[in-house]
Amino acid sequence: MRLGWGCQEGLVVGGPEQRLRLVALGGIMSRVSVPCHVKGTVALQVGDVRTSHGRPGVLVIDVTFPSVAPFELQEITFKNYYTAFLSIRVRQHTSMHTPAKWVTCLRDHCLMPNPHSEEGAQDYVSLFKHQMLCDMARVLELRLILRQPSPLWLSFTVEELQIYQQGPKSPSMTFPKWLSHPVPCEQPVPLLEQMWALTEMIRASHTSARIGRFDVDGCYDLNLLSYT
Amino acid sequence: MSQEESDISLIIAQIVQKLKGSNLYAQLERQAWGSWEKRILKSLNSMCTELSIPLARKRPVGEQKELLNKWNEMGTDEPDLSLFRPVYAPKDFLEVLINLRNPNYENGDSLSFRTHLGLIQVPLKVKDIPELKECFIELGLNTGQLGIDDSTQVPPELFENEHVRIGQKVLAEQDSAAAQQYVRQGSPTALRAELWALILNISSQPEDILYYEQLKTNVIQHDLLVDSLIYKDVKLTASNDDYYFVFEDYLYQVLLCFSRDTSVLSHFAYNSASPPKSYIRGKLGLEEYAVFYPPNGVIPFHGFSMYVAPLCFLYHEPSKLYQIFREMYVRFFFRLHSISSHPSGIVSLCLLFETLLQTYLPQLFYHLREIGAQPLRISFKWMVRAFSGYLATDQLLLLWDRILGYNSLEILAVLAAAVFAFRAVNLMEVTSLAAAEAVLADLSTLKVMPLLQIFLFATVT
Repeated sequence: MRLGWGCQEGLVVGGPEQRLRLVALGGIMSRVSVPCHVKGTVALQVGDVRTSHGRPGVLVIDVTFPSVAPFELQEITFKNYYTAFLSIRVRQHTSMHTPAKWVTCLRDHCLMPNPHSEEGAQDYVSLFKHQMLCDMARVLELRLILRQPSPLWLSFTVEELQIYQQGPKSPSMTFPKWLSHPVPCEQPVPLLEQMWALTEMIRASHTSARIGRFDVDGCYDLNLLSYT
Repeated sequence: MSQEESDISLIIAQIVQKLKGSNLYAQLERQAWGSWEKRILKSLNSMCTELSIPLARKRPVGEQKELLNKWNEMGTDEPDLSLFRPVYAPKDFLEVLINLRNPNYENGDSLSFRTHLGLIQVPLKVKDIPELKECFIELGLNTGQLGIDDSTQVPPELFENEHVRIGQKVLAEQDSAAAQQYVRQGSPTALRAELWALILNISSQPEDILYYEQLKTNVIQHDLLVDSLIYKDVKLTASNDDYYFVFEDYLYQVLLCFSRDTSVLSHFAYNSASPPKSYIRGKLGLEEYAVFYPPNGVIPFHGFSMYVAPLCFLYHEPSKLYQIFREMYVRFFFRLHSISSHPSGIVSLCLLFETLLQTYLPQLFYHLREIGAQPLRISFKWMVRAFSGYLATDQLLLLWDRILGYNSLEILAVLAAAVFAFRAVNLMEVTSLAAAEAVLADLSTLKVMPLLQIFLFATVT
């Protein structure tokens, strides 16, 4: 099941400076999905789409949040489909009269280590706010810039895009004292929640076969194999 | 070609036609595998109906007693197996792999840098020789190897004695990780059985012996159609082999129990295949009466018994032999006959073999292709069986040492390429597929470790 690997990628890959450390949170942070409107992909290409023979290597996807106030972005998840590199730009709400500007929050994040081969092409990916280059408070709009430099693939995109903001903290779990003190001068990492989600997923994907007995009440008289 | 074989070939040809001709032609990997699995099920079902033999039945008490008495000499039985046919053979499976396509991949007609000249058309990432050298560093020229540095001309003080001493120490410490590292340089014959058991975490506890006895009881009580397939396979392959025919009885004892072992089902969590399903007679569609068939979910194919045969040289106690085989299967061997993108999966191994050959022996590759002898058609059967039945047993065990040591099957593809490199001069002179097959028909005289070492570390690239 690929889901596990995708999440793991989100945990470990955040930039060379990120190191995997068991850092505590004040409590488990839940996430809440933000309804979004994903506009159709726009190919960036020089010349006429009809006459040029090459395939566009750059696509842009705009994501707007029509019915939601500016929010703090916690996480972005999606399923990759042959995109090699991803950049994200964000437009945030600013106070006063300064117009909202576009800022790059993720630059050339690598999804496929080798754009010519299958690795990473259909992974599930999670990106967290600590991986972003800027602060993600008061998000108005997102722009995903997808790049696939290899001419081998007929098309590429990202699917099942979901945006999450921080949900209410749940106070029900208690942690030992050393676990609940965040490391100073470092942003808390939502590590525990993700590891918990991983174990739940792995448990759920276990085959539900009966161990030991293969018959039903001593009977194993079978007719034919089933095709479904 | 006998009637059964031509039937199977016809079915395979139909799948191939379907995959090529449909205009979703590019079926996703899963769809191709799904239709392959369906064909296997259909084949088994039609065998059932044609021969009027149930998939499974409970044995009458008289028959149970008889089988129990004959348990240690099932090989003496000569049932009429002429109407049974293997569900599929490696070459049928190869046809399915050849027709795997990625719907998103450019498969243009014109030749370009993107064209795969081999049979496999799926762009998986495979290692090249520099990466393989890094990965298999202990096979290098400066490291002692069993299979090279224990030959009679080399004084044992130089390497062998010390290596054996270290092996004994590893066993004394019962250190599984150290054992895995140790066998990368080969395992001394006397220590191999224990070392492999240590690496695979097999220890004969009373409950393991009891578990095996319970499986044996299951075999006695229920008769499966799959049993006949196993009998036929053993008779066709291992019994005909000079090295393995003595172990015929052991093979039945292991494989019949293996079919009943539901703990094997857990490997489907990381295997893209799924176990076939059936319903208790008269309860079709009722989920409480749904069962897997065979109980372990694995339908044996032609040559399956060769996975077990070499292990018989190491283990003589049936329950331990069984456990070792089962662990080897769920760790390694299942990857050789199921489709996945795993680096040790058969698709990656085929692509690795073809890429190595094309990159480092381009003239040979081109020549063979021109005469209609695609190299993979010859080497596929070696890799699917992990070379069992093709190499001399001592050489095979040295090869399987490295599979355990590196926890990867990639060495099979490297060896296949090395064999072609070794016989390149003869192969350059052949003019047909049959002649190429003849050059590569007999591998029993090959020494695997020198071949691997030369191919990886001593060939000028």
